[in-house]
Amino acid sequence: MDWLTQVRWSPYAAGAAIGVLSWLTFLISKKPLGCSTSFATTGAMLRRLFQGDKVEQQPYYRTIATRVDWQWMLVLGVALGAFLSAQLSGDFAWQWVPASWATAFGNAPLPRVLVAAIGGVLMGFGSRWAGGCTSGHGISGTLQLAVSSWISAICFFVGGIAAAFLLFGRI
Amino acid sequence: MTTRTATRKRRDLLLGLVFGLAFGFFLQKGGVTNYDVIIGQLLLEDFTVLKIMLAAVIVGMPGVYAMKRLGWVELQPKAGSLGINLVGGLIFGVGFAVLGYCPGTLAGAVGNGYLDALVGGLAGIIVGSDLYAQVYPRVRAGIQRWGDFGDLTLPRWLKVNDWLVVIPAMILLTLLLVWLETAGL
Repeated sequence: MDWLTQVRWSPYAAGAAIGVLSWLTFLISKKPLGCSTSFATTGAMLRRLFQGDKVEQQPYYRTIATRVDWQWMLVLGVALGAFLSAQLSGDFAWQWVPASWATAFGNAPLPRVLVAAIGGVLMGFGSRWAGGCTSGHGISGTLQLAVSSWISAICFFVGGIAAAFLLFGRI
Repeated sequence: MTTRTATRKRRDLLLGLVFGLAFGFFLQKGGVTNYDVIIGQLLLEDFTVLKIMLAAVIVGMPGVYAMKRLGWVELQPKAGSLGINLVGGLIFGVGFAVLGYCPGTLAGAVGNGYLDALVGGLAGIIVGSDLYAQVYPRVRAGIQRWGDFGDLTLPRWLKVNDWLVVIPAMILLTLLLVWLETAGL
């Protein structure tokens, strides 16, 4: 059972396992793997705390789940599955500042957390605009050969590579 | 009837959790719950992210298309337009680089103990999603209508049998991975 306690698998093994998982979600749950809508669902649930059911009158929230659904549980499972994997291999660590960030920008937590929040806002906004993320478009959509997903996935990397090169002063 | 609906709903949620556990486990074992690996990909120094995604597509695609052929599953391609996917994709990409996680790997990073993901990223992505909900009626009626193509797939666009796209796509994506390996990336 070495594979359970290994820190890293070959990317091809991890990817192939995700490919097989996508068969199962299609077959059993009739749904493709996807994550980003759940963050909008969470936003709607937080709004409900303050606004009550008025949140469901907002045009966007009429188009998505505003209560815990299959995908929301999937995202919760992702956090738990990663926790389990990291615990089994000893890779779990409380960490504020990742190593490559610290090398480029120093190891103070606050700048990293602020920039992560700004990136999160852009990514949340962009994933809703594009209608999916690296899993919904990047894996599930491209494997269905959806035109919308191939365009999105290519743009994720074009935008991401350009922004990363600028941010890390490589251009 | 109502209890049967409730039972089905509970089963649905439980399945979501189980599939998520597996997904998060594989993402963590693949290394992509780690900021350094994601930024390494976007700086074109470490191709782990692309290798995982392409391997998932090369394995997932024939299985899903075979099950479609057998009538076991229906495809669910998302409708889109240039205004949706080109513009949204580029905004996402910038966020991807600034945050250093994507939505799925962000959840995985939280499970890995990474506090920048939990405190900064998670709050940001919820706020950003809600911000989109506020501008949705306007962008939907405006820029997102540009270049509409609906829920098109490549085989339907080219008007050919599914396998005439699936098999060449598998070969091309495999060649891309072989090229990455021979280039030492």
